Amino acid sequence: MKNALLVVASFALIFGFMFASDWYKERQAEKSSFMAQENAETFIREHSEALGSDDAKVYIVEFMDPACETCAAFAPFVKQMMAKNPGKIKLVLRYAPFHDGADYFVTMLEAAKKQGKYWETLDAMFTSQPYWASHSNPQPQRVWEFLPAVGLDMERLKKDMKDPAIAKLIAQDIADAKTLNVHKTPGYFVNGRPLQEFGYQQLYDLVQSELQAVYQ
Amino acid sequence: MSPSTQKSNMNWTVLFLCWLLVSGSTAGSIFFSSVMEFAPCVLCWYQRICLFPLVLILGVGLISFEKNVVKYSLPLAIAGWLVALYHTLLYSGIIPTSIQPCSQGVSCTEEYIDLFGFITIPMLSLFSFSILIALLLILHRRMTK
Repeated sequence: MKNALLVVASFALIFGFMFASDWYKERQAEKSSFMAQENAETFIREHSEALGSDDAKVYIVEFMDPACETCAAFAPFVKQMMAKNPGKIKLVLRYAPFHDGADYFVTMLEAAKKQGKYWETLDAMFTSQPYWASHSNPQPQRVWEFLPAVGLDMERLKKDMKDPAIAKLIAQDIADAKTLNVHKTPGYFVNGRPLQEFGYQQLYDLVQSELQAVYQ
Repeated sequence: MSPSTQKSNMNWTVLFLCWLLVSGSTAGSIFFSSVMEFAPCVLCWYQRICLFPLVLILGVGLISFEKNVVKYSLPLAIAGWLVALYHTLLYSGIIPTSIQPCSQGVSCTEEYIDLFGFITIPMLSLFSFSILIALLLILHRRMTK
């Protein structure tokens, strides 16, 4: 009898927890899709770099960090999805430089943007990431070895990296990440709906459901 | 029902309430960190170290009512209570933050929730540990009488 009560109480706690989690996530999703309608600029700022057609109706907003391994792993996956649905998906990159010293790479990326080599530089950073972003032995300076291959004017890059506007833009992105409850990278929103369970399949499903909703 | 069974039933109920309290607190703590994604700071972890094992210690004590359960759980409860007290004082600014032991990463004084304008997470923890200690002491007195 007493042990039965113990079992019942345990189940009640576990189910209560699961119910509360679902309820909370649902509420967060509602809140964020409301924000996507009311305050679109929290998701996409003037300075945000985007890839894909302007006519695309499905917007993937990704909060990322150039030093984040999972961001590097997801980059080709997202591009594949875009290639499979030409003109329908637009990718917007936002910064959430949570790794130590990641601002440095964001600054570098923003300076590369001024030379029109944003995506090429990002690709080079992602592919060379194991060499400079190792957790046991980070060597941020080594990233420079991989940049000339992109075709960047290195002197100009160094000069552009001193632009104070870049620090402001990073601060804005970090503030927006906080508003949108992004604590981990990459953080995805598809047309304002957050990716709740993290994973390739989950992101794929979320994008598919938005594609179907908008393009039938 | 004989007076002695009634008494032991009552003792079981008190211990059950203790278990319910720590299990509920554990669920709440995991909810804050895993669902709401508030990263636990160092002090939160010390309190969790004291709290989480109590779910099992008190749970096992309940299954075959174990007379010594208070002896094993009270030290954890007191240790957790002390950390919670320190954390609450730090949080409310009574102890200056300059002496806080947290290193880089998660700040122990950043406010996450503010229920009804004054209840904070460390306060909830202090509250839980206080009730738990009170219940355990009541149980101890009942059993030694």
